[in-house]
Amino acid sequence: MTLRSTFRRNGVAAVVLLTMLGATVSLGAQAQSAGGPEPATWNSLKSDVFGQKTIEPADGIISIEAPKRAEDAAIVPVDLHFKTDAATGRLKAVTLIVDENPSPVAAVFQFGKDAGVTHLATRLRVNAYSYVRAIAETEDGKLHMTATYVKASGGCSAPAVKNPDEAQATLGQMKLRVFPSNAPGTESMTRATEMQLMIRHPNNSGLQMDQVTRYYIPPHFIQGLTISQGNRLIMSMEGGISISEDPNFRFEFNAKPDEDVKVDASDTKGKKFQDEWPIQSSTL
Amino acid sequence: MSQPTRRSVLKTGALFACCGMAHMRLARAQMVEGGALSVTEIADGVFAFAGIPAMMLARNQGRICNLGFIVGSDAVAVIDSGGSVAEGKELIAAIRAMTDKPIRYLINTHMHPDHIFGNAAFAATGATVVGHHNLPRALEARGEFYLKSYRDSMGSALMADVRIVPPTQLVTGEQELDLGGRKLKLIAWKPAHTDNDLTVLDEQSETFFTGDLCFLGHLPTMDGSLRGWIAQLDTLKAIKAKRAVPGHGPVPAQWPQGLEPEERYFDVLARDIRKAIADGVPIAKAVKTAAQSEQGNWQLFTEYNERNATAAFAELEWE
Repeated sequence: MTLRSTFRRNGVAAVVLLTMLGATVSLGAQAQSAGGPEPATWNSLKSDVFGQKTIEPADGIISIEAPKRAEDAAIVPVDLHFKTDAATGRLKAVTLIVDENPSPVAAVFQFGKDAGVTHLATRLRVNAYSYVRAIAETEDGKLHMTATYVKASGGCSAPAVKNPDEAQATLGQMKLRVFPSNAPGTESMTRATEMQLMIRHPNNSGLQMDQVTRYYIPPHFIQGLTISQGNRLIMSMEGGISISEDPNFRFEFNAKPDEDVKVDASDTKGKKFQDEWPIQSSTL
Repeated sequence: MSQPTRRSVLKTGALFACCGMAHMRLARAQMVEGGALSVTEIADGVFAFAGIPAMMLARNQGRICNLGFIVGSDAVAVIDSGGSVAEGKELIAAIRAMTDKPIRYLINTHMHPDHIFGNAAFAATGATVVGHHNLPRALEARGEFYLKSYRDSMGSALMADVRIVPPTQLVTGEQELDLGGRKLKLIAWKPAHTDNDLTVLDEQSETFFTGDLCFLGHLPTMDGSLRGWIAQLDTLKAIKAKRAVPGHGPVPAQWPQGLEPEERYFDVLARDIRKAIADGVPIAKAVKTAAQSEQGNWQLFTEYNERNATAAFAELEWE
């Protein structure tokens, strides 16, 4: 069994565990990155996540945008744009990584066959000066990587939940926004539609020590998420703790009018969250 | 021993007493030789230190927020310990220059490092650390991160002594502390600046230590709930006090007028963010322009405004 298949089968959890054990390595490498961005952490992390597979430059297939500085360490917006053509085939999956976080693999997204996802924006926790990188897998099995360097926030900003009582009280609530299309009069059955899915969840890191027991408080985060329309998959996510509290995904895809959008999510405590929204053609 | 009288004890203190606010800003960064913070007696038995409006750095030893102490007949209560053990020790030296009464309480107004990194300096005094009932949890979630991240900005030498010392006496709702013929009223607030904001009112002199629920000069920072902060401003204003010690800004400040600048900033920030959300502007773009009209009114605006806008966006999106 290759590392690759281990990763696929056990998902992010395996990598979370691996990287928690290797946390000291990450801390050591951090000083180097702060001085000049030499991706030392990535060089050691790469094989844990992708084995010996070759990773090619993004070459426009995937691009990433994040602020140069993580203003709020708990909420760092990141934007991914995808551009595939007949030669590359469609995008199968994207892995989002924050090199210097205690659990670097933020999320692995898989895209539905005809979902046509061209843009995905989410929010990350960024603990330290770090590369944020996205690795896309195209249909031909090739990996394509892009990265951007984010400086840690200054001052007292920490990658922690701001209002844990409210997070607990509203756990699992969901909201879906559909943004009006800028192409009025389009008659096609499918076209790019922009939506935003929000889920109330503390997405706790679990790296907090209980001061009395000296044990680490167990992590509590959204680990699985599926967004579908009708019977077809738009995208699914295996998540980690580097996704911000109240996970938030804004994405563009080929929506079909008059088919419900359905979301299924589950967290590390085994809780399931579900919601469904009718999509009228007039809103697209 | 006699009650401390209204006096300006230290050199810079004398300067504070005879000059206006404008001069206080220039003088506040000065340190008195001999390792004591330059505190001003702002009311009978009530002393305050004015921090400098800056980020916490090695060269300022984290002395960026306002601190204070109140002397009763029997004991002393300290309000916040400063941004390093070095500053905490200088605060103790300033207390000892005024009184030899025991330090019974160290009150932490909230979780931020500039207010609590000096806690370890008070271990030897035997003071009970008092805080909001949410403070231990907040420090569990952030303590180790704070210790690590501030090594970069303050240097490992200054950070070597810093420990996260959570409170052992917790406040839910209101609580009274007695210093001997002098009562302090502690109020634990709902999430605002943080989810663990605690204020201290000295009833005798009507001096109100707001912690970071009041910022003056220094841009307020969001680490709790903007809506919660705005919603509690009226309750804050209703606290009857002759003067305030804000978490950041001139000492003393007028009360409740000291809340006006932050209230205006919050309104502008909330208005701009709400409009962006309604218009479908993505968060990354919205935070670049929100509340920019307030830029000229604050110190450290570029350091903190985008962060505030980010937190505000994520919160207000759920309305």
